[in-house]
Amino acid sequence: MKKSFVPLAVVTALLFVIAPILIARAPYESEMLLIQKIFYFHVPSWVAMYCGLLVCAVGSIWYLFKGNRVADRYAESAAELVLLFGLNGLVSGPLWARKAWGVWWQWDAKLTSALLLWLIFVAYLLVRKYGGPGSEKLAAAVGIFGAAVSPFVYVSVNIWRTIHPKTSVVPDIVKNPAKGFAAPLLVSMLAFVLLFVLLLMVRVYLAAHQDALDELYLAHED
Amino acid sequence: MFLRTALLVLKKDFAIEVKTLEILVTTLFFAVSCVLVFSFAFVKEGQAPPDAAAGILWIAIAFSGTLALGRTFERERYAETLRALLLAPAPRPALYVGKLLGILVLLALDALILVPLIALLFTAPLFARPLLLLLLLAGGTVGFAAVGTLFAAMLIRSRTRDVLLPILLYPITVPVIICGVRGTAALLESPPDETTAVMWLGILFALDVVFLTLALWTFEPLMTE
Repeated sequence: MKKSFVPLAVVTALLFVIAPILIARAPYESEMLLIQKIFYFHVPSWVAMYCGLLVCAVGSIWYLFKGNRVADRYAESAAELVLLFGLNGLVSGPLWARKAWGVWWQWDAKLTSALLLWLIFVAYLLVRKYGGPGSEKLAAAVGIFGAAVSPFVYVSVNIWRTIHPKTSVVPDIVKNPAKGFAAPLLVSMLAFVLLFVLLLMVRVYLAAHQDALDELYLAHED
Repeated sequence: MFLRTALLVLKKDFAIEVKTLEILVTTLFFAVSCVLVFSFAFVKEGQAPPDAAAGILWIAIAFSGTLALGRTFERERYAETLRALLLAPAPRPALYVGKLLGILVLLALDALILVPLIALLFTAPLFARPLLLLLLLAGGTVGFAAVGTLFAAMLIRSRTRDVLLPILLYPITVPVIICGVRGTAALLESPPDETTAVMWLGILFALDVVFLTLALWTFEPLMTE
């Protein structure tokens, strides 16, 4: 395990302690009141998911063209984290929607495109699990196509329908720190991204050991 | 050399297919039964909602396309002919282009039957803007088949290919389907909404370029064992 793991874990834990305090102290949003607080949980989940998507795509390209096993481990681990953080967003989203819009699910642009992207990475993991030998390469192609298609998913679904707040909500909040929404949001986001990095490190470490174990098995059998 | 190889692969697939017409006939039958199943879902009091025809057309194309992709490569797998093709001293992307052209011809024949059939069964004015519809169909099938051919080719080595092909293909080609369905639906309005259709067509062609570039770029490393 890398040396940076422990200090990073401490910082992340600290952020996760501070974030709830900041969130509790943050002012109520004028229309949604208390319900809006789930925002500090919902948006960071998606930010972490997109981090995973990016790592998976870069890892896939690296693996496919250079044959680097380490890159493949990163891609696989990142895809699993896309699943995890995406699920977080997909669960917290409907909970918020039920109270704010009155329905659990809306076929709105961001919801639909997020669900689709999430499904692509579920497919990535299904290929790895059930594809049999050589499925790593196959999965790498899925990772590359998945990342390439993501802007198109977003644009096409965006033109198709829209009810979700515009993407400008988050930049607006960050630009106007005086309103009191910025600090808790940034702290939560940082906490989630660091959590992503930590989990990625642990998962890659595990994958490396799995590979080493497999090699030992093979060597023993020969 | 590149074009000649691609055309040779196409010619080979064509020669095999012409003998029995197996893939063409079975996928066409499947596409028509798809249309029937959807008509049961959508038609109320003898009428389907105005833009249902667009969705039904594209779903029938996508479903029967998946079937055709699976069958074409099953044929290559059965006699290990894909390996023979890969061993040939020919540029590998040319093999991909050859297979892609074969799938596109199949899908075009599919659409040739499906479009008049759907226009007839749902009294949909599909032929109001024939050129735009043709371009939408061309763009949509190229996008769908570009990803499909690549994935079907690499799944040939996998035991679970029948299940994995649709699992991978549908989430990734959803933008293609959205563009196709919305573009066609715009043409079905009265009067046809040309500007919207052209906008979807633009996105569709951009997608085609991305998919084709990526497929040509990754085919070589993907098919190397």
